[in-house]
Amino acid sequence: MKRSRSGLAAILPFLWLAVFFAFPFLLVGKLSLSHTVLAIPPYAPQLHLSQGLPGFRTFLAGLSGETYARLTQDRLYLDAYLSSLRIAGLAAGLLLLIGYPIAYGIARCPPKARQALVMAVILPFWTSFLIRIYAWIAILKPAGVLNAALGLVGLGPVEILNTETAVLIGLVYAYLPFMVLPLYAVLDREDESLIEAAQDLGATPLSAFWRVTFPLSLPGAAAGALLCFIPMAGEFVIPDLLGGSETLMLGRVIWTEFFANRDWPAASAVAIVLLATLVVPIVLFEREQAKVLS
Amino acid sequence: MRRGPSTFNIASVVLGMAFLYAPIVILVVYSFNASRLVTVWGGFSTRWYAALFQDQQMLDAIWVTARVGVLSATLATLLGVLAAVALVRGGGFRGRTILAGGIYATLVMPEVILGLSLLLLFVAAGLPRGFWTVTLSHATLTLAYTTMVIQARLGSFDISLEEAAQDLGCPPWKAFALITLPVIAPAVAAAWMLAFTLSLDDLVIASFTSGPGATTLPMRLYSQVRLGVDPKINAVSTLLIGVVATGVIAVYLLRQRRAPA
Repeated sequence: MKRSRSGLAAILPFLWLAVFFAFPFLLVGKLSLSHTVLAIPPYAPQLHLSQGLPGFRTFLAGLSGETYARLTQDRLYLDAYLSSLRIAGLAAGLLLLIGYPIAYGIARCPPKARQALVMAVILPFWTSFLIRIYAWIAILKPAGVLNAALGLVGLGPVEILNTETAVLIGLVYAYLPFMVLPLYAVLDREDESLIEAAQDLGATPLSAFWRVTFPLSLPGAAAGALLCFIPMAGEFVIPDLLGGSETLMLGRVIWTEFFANRDWPAASAVAIVLLATLVVPIVLFEREQAKVLS
Repeated sequence: MRRGPSTFNIASVVLGMAFLYAPIVILVVYSFNASRLVTVWGGFSTRWYAALFQDQQMLDAIWVTARVGVLSATLATLLGVLAAVALVRGGGFRGRTILAGGIYATLVMPEVILGLSLLLLFVAAGLPRGFWTVTLSHATLTLAYTTMVIQARLGSFDISLEEAAQDLGCPPWKAFALITLPVIAPAVAAAWMLAFTLSLDDLVIASFTSGPGATTLPMRLYSQVRLGVDPKINAVSTLLIGVVATGVIAVYLLRQRRAPA
């Protein structure tokens, strides 16, 4: 294929993303300006293209910011918003602390072992997410594996299931591969002679690490942290299964508004707020990604 | 020369792996537990597997999920090959940044947002929710993964081989199909597998975009998990893990053989 024509291959993926990814966001935006009614679908106003321009005018006149106003009046939404960002931020920090030594350890291994270890990090990601979170219920529940193990050494019991700690454990567990892989990618590429040079100039191994390896690995750390933070802020399954009724997160709020309350405009408005918050991290992530790929 | 791993390095890797695998091992072990309680070992038994195969709803869900997975993975892989070709070889074509941006955005987008927006699309288009809407949604969800896997392989492929074929009079699409495709085939297979397992696994998007008669396995599992720990779920999980692990290791070995690193 000639380079000049290869761009044509983009047409189909482009159209696909436009129809199934970009355009639906406009619909979410539109719906967030609607209000709830008892009907199918449960919102108004509806846009009927068959009614032409007058129909479009009535439609526009029917839109309002009422749903957003409702969000600001109820404490629940603000609390859920703040705790989503706090929990996702905390989990991203923990992931960095836990993922870094693992990625660094793998990068120090001999090449054969490295390949197998990278594979071993990816493998859990291929097995069902839902099932892996479910496994933690059996571990953390009051009569679960953890408390049985603690009982053997005369400790516990501890109550972890249905707390924020359980949510953090679940997030760190589920997203660990997403943190280790970008970190490993930068650590693996590092030029060993830089460390040797630093040590020849009298740096101890530890200070060589802090002043050479660590700064060079920051792009990988940033990519990993963003890759985890963004979806974690909207996570539904983990807070729902491990967090009990007290852990409020936006992903859960959207789910409840939609499925339990059948309040589609509220679910859409919360989704828009979450999306608006995540735009900056998403743009940052794309920049890091572009840097890594170039 | 690379320094060898220190004790600290080895300890972090071992602990990390233990953290990643312990829950999975526990899950598999207890699927063979005769007792209903997780903390009591009641002896080896396959009764939960027997119970599983009598659960018609579960079997139906497995069948729906398998079909959705195969179709959506195939769609996502086709689109992924096209997108990867455009991204790797398109050079500076207009919209490259937009395409790459769109693809990475689907990768990180919270699933609830993606699910809700797709549902609204299907409602607006008047499509009845069910098998096909889940399939289309899963193709959208997994497109980013297939693109990235294929893109990585295509990036390291020596394009001069294809150019040589074209210089000898081979039409571009034929040169791609005869020369490039066989070389990147393991990556394409890996991309398909990844898309398939992601589809197999998705709860959130399926819940939004599915309708009556198209309950997928994760939706079924989720409604059971909410009722508490059930050894039958361990049994179905173990089977899933077995299928996926076999597939992944097969693809891995295939790639090792074809492309010795």
